[in-house]
Parts: sequence; C-alpha cells; structure tokens
Amino acid sequence: MDFIKLFNSFNIENKSEEEVDIYMSRKEAFRKMGSLTKKVALASLPVAAFTMMPKMAFAKSSDVVGVLKFALALERLEYQFYIQGVNSGIISNAHQNVFISIREHERIHVELLEATIQSLGGSLGDVPSKFDYTAGGVFPSPFGNYQLFLALSQAFEDTGVRAYKGQAPNLIENDDLLKVALQIHAVEARHASQVRRIRGRKGWITDEDYDGIDGFGGTFMMASSAVYAGEKNTKHAGVEVTDVTTVPVMAVREAWDEPLSMEMVLDIVKPFIVS
Amino acid sequence: MSNFVNLKRRGFNPEGGHNSSRRSFLQYSGAALATSAILLSGCEMLEDYIPPKNPNFPDKVNLGSGDIGILNYAYALEQLEAAFYTKVALRGFYSGASLEEIRVLDDLRQHEVAHREFYEAALGNKAIGKLEFDFSSVDFSSRESVLQTAKTFEDLGVAAYNGAGPLLKSSDLLVVAGKIVSVEARHAEAIFDLIAPNEAFVDFINDGLEEALPPSQVLQMASPFIVTEIDASNLPKS
Repeated sequence: MDFIKLFNSFNIENKSEEEVDIYMSRKEAFRKMGSLTKKVALASLPVAAFTMMPKMAFAKSSDVVGVLKFALALERLEYQFYIQGVNSGIISNAHQNVFISIREHERIHVELLEATIQSLGGSLGDVPSKFDYTAGGVFPSPFGNYQLFLALSQAFEDTGVRAYKGQAPNLIENDDLLKVALQIHAVEARHASQVRRIRGRKGWITDEDYDGIDGFGGTFMMASSAVYAGEKNTKHAGVEVTDVTTVPVMAVREAWDEPLSMEMVLDIVKPFIVS
Repeated sequence: MSNFVNLKRRGFNPEGGHNSSRRSFLQYSGAALATSAILLSGCEMLEDYIPPKNPNFPDKVNLGSGDIGILNYAYALEQLEAAFYTKVALRGFYSGASLEEIRVLDDLRQHEVAHREFYEAALGNKAIGKLEFDFSSVDFSSRESVLQTAKTFEDLGVAAYNGAGPLLKSSDLLVVAGKIVSVEARHAEAIFDLIAPNEAFVDFINDGLEEALPPSQVLQMASPFIVTEIDASNLPKS
C-alpha cells in the first residue's frame, strides 16, 4: 500500500453525507473562530486538510495485508508518540504508570502487526515509520506542554478506536485476525477512556467532543473535529434507538462509538506522517 | 446486501430450497417484521434457528442460532448490566458516593439501558424474554461491592463481545457489535479508574490484548447472577 499515492487519490467529487458532515463542522469551526483568526488558521493549517476531502469508496481496499499495514501505521504513530512523551519528562508523576503502560501496549501492537504482516508475505518498507508530532509546526511543543500532549493522546486514541472498528468487516473472513483486531480495538478504547478522564472529560465520546478538542487554537479544534465526525449517530442496524428508549439522546449518542473509514483516518493522521 | 455473498459461498441457493423455511418464518414473524426490518432483510437470518416465542419472564430461554443467537446472547448480557446499574441507582447509590462516581454509574445505567432496548427492538419477536437476575451477592450500600461488581460486568462484557465478534456472519452486525464493545471498554476503564485512580491497566492486559472469551465461559461466569436458565447450545461455535 503506497500511502502517498493513496493520499493523492482522494477526490472532491461525490462526497458522502459523512464527508459533508466533516466539511460543515470545519466551516462551523471557522465561523466560531472569527475572521481574523481564520486567516491565521488557514495559513497554518496543514495543506492536507483542504486538498484531501476523504473519499469513502476507498474502503474497498479490503485486502488483509493492506488493512494490517494501515493498523501498523497508526500503532507506530502512537508508539513513538508515547516513547517521546515518556522520555520528555513532561508527564506528571501521577500519570507515569498510565503512559508507560500505554506505551508498552502500543509496542506490543506494533510488534504483533509487524510479525503478522511479514508472516503473510507483506513487506514493512512502505508503512510510515517517521512522524512529526508538531504536524509541520502547527503544534510547536507537543512534548513541552502537558495539556497539549494529553489532547493529542486523546485524539490519537479515539481515532485508533474508530479506525479498528472501521476495518473489522475487512477481516471477517479471517476469524483469528479479527479476534486479535478486536482485542486491540478494546485496549485502544481503554486508553481513550483513561486519557479522557485524565483530561477531566467523560471516558466516552460526548457533547463536548463533536466540534473538536478546544483550548489549543482553531487549527487543532478543526482538525480534531474530524476525529469525532458522525459520532452523533443514533441509528444502528436500522433501529433508531431514540425511538425505542426513554434514555436521553445524549446518552444514546455516548453509548455507541462509530467507525471511521481508512481514508478518513488517514486524513486525520496525514499531517503527522513524515515518511 | 453483503450477507448475500456469504450465503452464496456457503451454498445457500436463494432461488429455492429454503422456501418452506421462508414461509414458516414469515408466518411466525407476523407483526414483528416492522420493528426489526433491517435484521429481517438480511437473507442470512432465514436459515437461522428461531427460538420459540418466550413469555415475558420465562423460566428458561433458548438464545437461538446464527447471528440471531449471538444478538440474543448480547441482549442477555446487556439486560444483566442494565438491571444491575438500575438497581444501583434505585438504591440511591452507595453511601458516600462522590458526585463523580454517581455521574459515571448513572451514565453507565443509561448506556446499558439503551443497549438493552436497542437489542430488544432489533430482535423483534425473535428476542428472548426478559431475564430474571439475582444480585443477592452484591451489597448495594457498599462502594467496594458495587464497583467490583461493575468491574466484573464490564470486563466480562468486553471479553464476551470480543469472543462473539468472530462468530458473527454479517459484517453489518459485526460493526454494530464493535460500536458497543468499545463503549463497554471505556466503561471498564472508568470503573477501574474509580477503584484505583491512575493505576490504569495494571491488573490486566499484560500482553497488550483485551480478553476474548467464548459464550459458554462467559455465561458460566455470569450464571451466579442469572436466575433464568439460558440454553446457549445452538450458538455458533466458530
């Protein structure tokens, strides 16, 4: 799987409802920022965010090795993020155990995926392995500002959960791989919940997330709104859940995590990938 | 529908052979067709064993077979969780519960009730009845007892969904199960964070992988809390 080619393949035509949803939430974020900050944000936003409206149809790339490489790219992104985070000394003492554990889990996921890809005859050479957590300078000090580190961690973990979920159907013919993917998927969800709680948020995706992660400028807010695109959905397997329960709509939204397609995930992480 | 491809590969001939089961299926379903339209539109369901209609509080339930069986299995576990958190809330939470603890436990109650009611609606009249539970081993006035029981249920729920996912034939239902299991994992972590703040993950997943358990084992672990007899013998094994 050639990631660069993959990025270039996105097409603005034929946007799906979900893509429009993302586009609108970005527009909304701009509106909230006001016109002055808008210009600044536009100038600093990674080009990727504008040139690549994700195209849902790409999810047809369902070959198993391709899916595993995609997962490996995300796990490497996370693993190196936590290596640098733990090494930077920025993590508060109270949370050391948490992030060392997360780092170790991501290491295991990376090694497991690498071994599996190789055992299936795939090569690791075309999977991204160099990352830039400033996203080309958008975040000047991801390892110098603990709150920013935590916010990025939340974004990566919540994206990871949605990414694995989105690929599960592509593994349905291989029960062993599907099982392992589900086992990783749930660990990512545990991470997400823990990091969110450290940030003083609910462990589950909720109201305060849909417009993106606030407090770190418009660019991050806008980019991170894509992490939560479609999370308001309350219809599952044809059942509009709000029609069959008295539970408040917000709780119904919280109670289901939504999948993200491969290209929507790549759109989110692209600014952090060097090569 | 994507299931169709699976069916064909498995030798199902949509042109014939299953007509009789289709007829009896339609007779059986009757009015429930409207309430579980999507599930019924999956051709695959036609070949699944349909459990006999249960009274509202049966002594014994049969989960059924195929994807329906797995959904009923999930429905049973969601009933258990929902009943537990509902009771926690009705008892006014345990003495000395902090605002944060109440907030988490009540969110969990709402989520599990929504999951339960979703499965009930999705399954229509293929749903098992309402199960009866026994929480006599739980001291609802005790923080430790309530949180440890919550942890047991959430960890078990995650392991159950992970074990059941590969048993599903329908991609659509796999995604639905995936949408719920990650929220269960979020719950599990939040409960653990209440029990042991910031000691996250130390008591499990040393290998970086969450548990995945087969239905037989999960139901055995849950059995001390479930009065209704559950027959899971028709569930898919692989």
